[in-house]
Amino acid sequence: MEALKQELKENIIEQLNLEDMTVEDIADDDMLFGDGLALDSIDALELIVMLDKNYGIKLTDPKEGRAIFESINTMAAYITEHRAK
Amino acid sequence: MNTSYNISSYCRIKNHQVSLNGTVIFSEEPSSFPEFIKAAYKAQNTNYPKFFKMDNLSKLAFLAADILLKNESLDSEMENNIALVFSNKASSLDTDVLHQKAIQHKDTYFPSPAVFVYTLPNICLGEISIKYKLYTENSFFIFERFNADHLFAYSNSLLDTNKAESVLCGWVELEGENYEAFLYLISKEGNIEHNKQNIITLYNT
Repeated sequence: MEALKQELKENIIEQLNLEDMTVEDIADDDMLFGDGLALDSIDALELIVMLDKNYGIKLTDPKEGRAIFESINTMAAYITEHRAK
Repeated sequence: MNTSYNISSYCRIKNHQVSLNGTVIFSEEPSSFPEFIKAAYKAQNTNYPKFFKMDNLSKLAFLAADILLKNESLDSEMENNIALVFSNKASSLDTDVLHQKAIQHKDTYFPSPAVFVYTLPNICLGEISIKYKLYTENSFFIFERFNADHLFAYSNSLLDTNKAESVLCGWVELEGENYEAFLYLISKEGNIEHNKQNIITLYNT
């Protein structure tokens, strides 16, 4: 699980172009949207694509994303349970 | 109408150099466009993390506009009545190609939303408008080459009809490693008369 969290942080920084951010800047329970990393709606779509591309998870209901993308902890838990690759 | 306007400032980004009103303010040894524009942006001390999410055309346009507008002492809490009139030849082709590659093969069909949103050239006008609170007229024209006649007439029309108090105008072209931005600000201030010959002269300088 810890390796997955590290991987998620690295992928989020790279794919969302969080230029001035490092893995150490993202705590496992930081809010990804809102007051935390302040990601926006396009970032949310990128995260949905990332789940599909990297882990074979297709989100059919966008409303699911709100809970899944709350933090690195929630993302890692969801991926661990549902990953197809 | 016979009101005369002036070019109050102009910025050029080309050949690994950034110049403001004819003076080089940043230059770097030849490097890739992404490396160059990142270094040029950092040299301006503009703290705007969204810059890094933009496509290359928007980064080029944003930086040239930012260099000009940050010298205008704009009130960040007020709406600014500055129209945007941009033009280029390649439209958003640079990003269009990136998007095409992402949807080329059925087995690796992963279009990126962050790439797709930049598959229109006028998105760079939106990025500038968001940063500087411009709820103003904006247009992005596609021409075979720099068209001073059209930019002159269109800008004057906006000013004559009070659609804008000033116009940020010019050429922002990017395709791969070929890039060129030439933007100028037209208003009643400034020392260079706004006419076709001066526009051409500044562009060719």
